[in-house]
Amino acid sequence: MAFKSVKLGVENIHLSFGGTSALTGVSFDVLEGEILAVIGPNGAGKTSTLNCINGFYQPDQGQITFFPTGSERRDITRLPAYRIAKLGIARTFQNIALYTGLNTLDNLMAARHVHMKQSMLAGMLYFGSARQEEIAHREAVEEIIDFLEIEHIRKSVVGALPYGLRKRVELGRALALEPQMLLLDEPMAGMNVEEKEDMARFILDIHERRGVTILLIEHDMGLVMDIADRIVVLDFGIKIAEGTPDTIRQDPNVIKAYLGEESQHKT
Amino acid sequence: MAAIRPAGDFDISYAHDMAVIRRPWQWAAAVGLVAFLFAVPAFSPPQFLDALNLIGIFLVSVQGLAILVGYTGQISLGQAAFMTVGAYASAVLTKYAGVPFWFALPLAGLGAGLVGLIFGLPSLRIKGFYLAMATLAAQFIIPWIFRGFWVATLGGATGIQEIPVPRLAGFAFDSEWGMYFIILVVAILTTIAMKNLARTRTGRAFVAIRDNDLAAEVLGINIVAYKLRAFFLSAFYAGLAGSLWAHYLRSINPEQLDLIDSVWMLGMVIVGGMGSALGPILGTVFIRLLRELVSTLTPNLNDMLPGLGANLAGLGPLVFGFALALFLVFEPHGLALAAVFPLAV
Repeated sequence: MAFKSVKLGVENIHLSFGGTSALTGVSFDVLEGEILAVIGPNGAGKTSTLNCINGFYQPDQGQITFFPTGSERRDITRLPAYRIAKLGIARTFQNIALYTGLNTLDNLMAARHVHMKQSMLAGMLYFGSARQEEIAHREAVEEIIDFLEIEHIRKSVVGALPYGLRKRVELGRALALEPQMLLLDEPMAGMNVEEKEDMARFILDIHERRGVTILLIEHDMGLVMDIADRIVVLDFGIKIAEGTPDTIRQDPNVIKAYLGEESQHKT
Repeated sequence: MAAIRPAGDFDISYAHDMAVIRRPWQWAAAVGLVAFLFAVPAFSPPQFLDALNLIGIFLVSVQGLAILVGYTGQISLGQAAFMTVGAYASAVLTKYAGVPFWFALPLAGLGAGLVGLIFGLPSLRIKGFYLAMATLAAQFIIPWIFRGFWVATLGGATGIQEIPVPRLAGFAFDSEWGMYFIILVVAILTTIAMKNLARTRTGRAFVAIRDNDLAAEVLGINIVAYKLRAFFLSAFYAGLAGSLWAHYLRSINPEQLDLIDSVWMLGMVIVGGMGSALGPILGTVFIRLLRELVSTLTPNLNDMLPGLGANLAGLGPLVFGFALALFLVFEPHGLALAAVFPLAV
């Protein structure tokens, strides 16, 4: 695949909590239409990086630039999270963060928020354009429900769904935002092999059919090597490697970070 | 929440699937119920209508509180104070400015809504118990203002008397049954508006904030704006209720609606069931009837057990507290859920 341009630029990000530094000078680019995986041992700063991108954290230093399709580049470093969502960056969470009291349908409909125009008053009257808008967005949401094969739980309250399905609903909710870029925080954590394969298939489909740029955090190395176009490796808040799966696999720094140094004393 | 549906009722279009009233007989039932409610004054004594009127007034206010507490997951102990604001606004507008009741009613809602907005500001920073304490301030500051300021107009501690009667084309709504119609119409409209709100964009944003405010923000919901909207709407409903209250009782003072009423209303939301349009109706009716029952029984009990004497005066709050505790233990989701799923739990 030929990559056209940069979609998201992360430049020299520094982040610290009190005296502990979580990220130190992290820089990387996410290219238009690629799947970029961020890997690293626990506490390496992967989720912190995502949190900086979508506006939960404000980095102490550095700049994050987003290049929305068809409009000017935007410095999103200091934007509030909801504005970043409006620009077209959606995400899922490591520990599922669904609206547990709503059913699947309403969870997805809630994510259509930024695309809907009706006012509070129009909604209360539920008349004319507000009603038509609800129906139009229902159609868009049903398409996603079909795509993710969750028709059977359309009206189930998500708090009561099994883990694997909740993960899928959460992916659906992110898709309902119609993002240009998707941040996935461990979408396959805690799943069995079959569920992982399903999820990988959905991610690849989203990527190919909808042309969404994907930034992915994942611990399952086999999967990452299979689906990622490029990989960024973090360790203790520092980027230690970046490249294609093949180069990462042989990178001595990466091997050291994951396996530790080879012992000098062989028994 | 999917309720049990009649056989043969298939979702053939999204519009049909999303409709609240889905079958012809449901239309008939809805129209029949409304017609029945309008016919009630024809065969009920004034005392009963008085109880119904108070239920209707509190229902409007409790619906507002349910939007804030049940849907948005915030808390407010100032609902009665916002009712007071609406009552005073409506009284001053009709009595001193000559505004007809029909305009004073929405203006009272608006005025209370703006005051609610101010007391909702702390919600942007704090949650839970701390927010409860902050809204409690409304319950003390607002009556204090009505007691001590502009005494010439607001009447200080004695309040405002002889509030004008609503009139329409020469008809004066000055009786229990006259006000019953006004209260009924307002209560029906607010019920429909609340139900519609809950199933459209704004309502989903409210629930998103309740269930997971971080996720809501990541999905493009401006939490600040929507929390304030919830506070505004909640106080707007309280203002409408306050206006009805003022024109029904025709005299108001700063102490009429106090902290206990705010707590009662919070109790109605909990007992009715949070996050449901049916909840406020069931909760308000249940608690108000409980209150009526206790106040009717108290004199009788006094005759039977003369030894208790003055202690019985505190029976109302006691029964209320006990009922609330029982609900929290045995039916924490409230009457609405029990009504929809009679066999569940």
